Amino acid sequence: MRPLPALTSALIALMLASLTVGAADIRVTDAFRDPQALLVLLESRLPRTLSVVLTGAALSVAGVLIQALVRNRFVGPDTSGTAEGAALGLLAITILWPASPLWLRMIAASLSAMVTTALFLAVIRRLPVREVMLVPIAGLVLSGVLGSVVTFVGWQTDLMQYVGTWLMSGEFSGVISGRYELLWIAGVAAGLAWFSADRFAILGLGDQVATGLGLSTAAVMRLGLAVVSVVTAMVVTTVGMIPFVGLVVPNLVARIMGDNLRASLPVVALAGAVLVLACDLAGRLVIHPYEVPAGTILGVLGAVLFLWLLHRRPPRSKPAHG
Amino acid sequence: MIQIQGVSHAIGGTPILHDITTTLPKGRLTALIGPNGAGKSTLLRLVGRLEPLQQGRITVAGHDVATTPTDRLARVMAILGQQTAIASRLRLAELVAFGRWPHHKGRPGPQDQAQVWLALKAFALTDLADRFLDEVSGGQAQRAHIAMAWAQDTDWMLLDEPLNNLDMSHARSLMARLRGLVDQGGRSVAIVVHEINYAAAWADHVIALKGGRVVAQGTAAEVLTEARLSELYETPIRVGTHQGRPLVLHHA
Repeated sequence: MRPLPALTSALIALMLASLTVGAADIRVTDAFRDPQALLVLLESRLPRTLSVVLTGAALSVAGVLIQALVRNRFVGPDTSGTAEGAALGLLAITILWPASPLWLRMIAASLSAMVTTALFLAVIRRLPVREVMLVPIAGLVLSGVLGSVVTFVGWQTDLMQYVGTWLMSGEFSGVISGRYELLWIAGVAAGLAWFSADRFAILGLGDQVATGLGLSTAAVMRLGLAVVSVVTAMVVTTVGMIPFVGLVVPNLVARIMGDNLRASLPVVALAGAVLVLACDLAGRLVIHPYEVPAGTILGVLGAVLFLWLLHRRPPRSKPAHG
Repeated sequence: MIQIQGVSHAIGGTPILHDITTTLPKGRLTALIGPNGAGKSTLLRLVGRLEPLQQGRITVAGHDVATTPTDRLARVMAILGQQTAIASRLRLAELVAFGRWPHHKGRPGPQDQAQVWLALKAFALTDLADRFLDEVSGGQAQRAHIAMAWAQDTDWMLLDEPLNNLDMSHARSLMARLRGLVDQGGRSVAIVVHEINYAAAWADHVIALKGGRVVAQGTAAEVLTEARLSELYETPIRVGTHQGRPLVLHHA
């Protein structure tokens, strides 16, 4: 089965299912006759479905990009200090200017995410290339340190509740029309990355090859950094960070399709959307009419998938002879 | 012609190259030889702009390496550094196809595809074309990287220890291909090589480095003499001849 059509049909089926599941007792098929049903559909179900799809797709693409930037498969936007950076920016703007408009918060979150992700890249540059596992460890440490700064400031300023919604639980139950549209920016940013897919694939081959092929590595790094930061900042601002998607989906797709990003990025985006939507649906169904956050389901499922990945394919630092 | 003028280079405060001035002639196969740590790779990497130039000036076919845009240089010279462990999962055909990227920038034409196929064929990779880079041996991956540089189809080709990981037959076939590029294609090739007999058998021009300085340069017969080599490697070396070219006897 070819991955692209299979994933497209799976996504359409899940989206239709997502439109029919929710706490409100309505029949979607009545939407044309029943104004109440139409309201629920347009104001809640559809925005929620779209936000889940956009989040899953954009985070997965961001995962591919950050992995190409650091040339390591074991990082994602949630383990490279990016999400914590976005939260730090949001926290700063909330404290400095509580009544700031949404677009300004968005810019603050994006810029701050760029700074911390750039810090991560700078740290990585200094690590020995062969130590494959140092990169994810450095990412986890940096995320941990930044996260504790966020928590400290959050406690001091009585903003822990906000911090919780940004970083602790990624979930979509609060999404209604008018409160998720920022995610379109994440979707567009991820889409733009496709136009530079070749450049990111070449960057993943290492500095030497990239320079030899005449690629301006610094420019590609900046583009990747911008996309990863904007995507993550939008997700953190609207629904909160979703763990594991950006790590697991790129790995699964690379196993099957390889790293020819021009061909694989659309598959990555679809697979991410399918995975997150499936988790969100499961979260809506297990204790219906209550909900388990999609991030929690994904945390469990993602951990299992990741263990399976590690088991299937140990980090390859292949000996030079053979 | 590649002109190197007054190039000095230090890595982490340790001087690697001292005021090197030399030329690599156009239309020739040039071998850079010398003991470990002589600065051969560093010099080649400076020419290929894989390292920023600290001091001096290098021009490749009239293009100043320090000031010419990197994508312009990629159409003048192909450089292949020593392989590092890369986790990328590309099929070999996709990797070789990236060799055409400097020319088409993402829009390959039929001519590009033909060139890629020729490169795969030249390095006996057609059967492996659909395999992933992390599923082939070190030597096969090395050949794929050389094929990529080959597909780049530039006037100059610079290879840092291309014979690493290659068995005898692939090593000889690579040298024959490079020889053919120079003789029939009118191209110029520079390689860093450790096994001195590959330089002895195939190179037109030999540049010997030691301690970051050029200690000898000229034709293979001029440079690969008993006196020069024994001094260069600080070990007694005998040189015979085989089919009219020097044969270095250093194994025992």
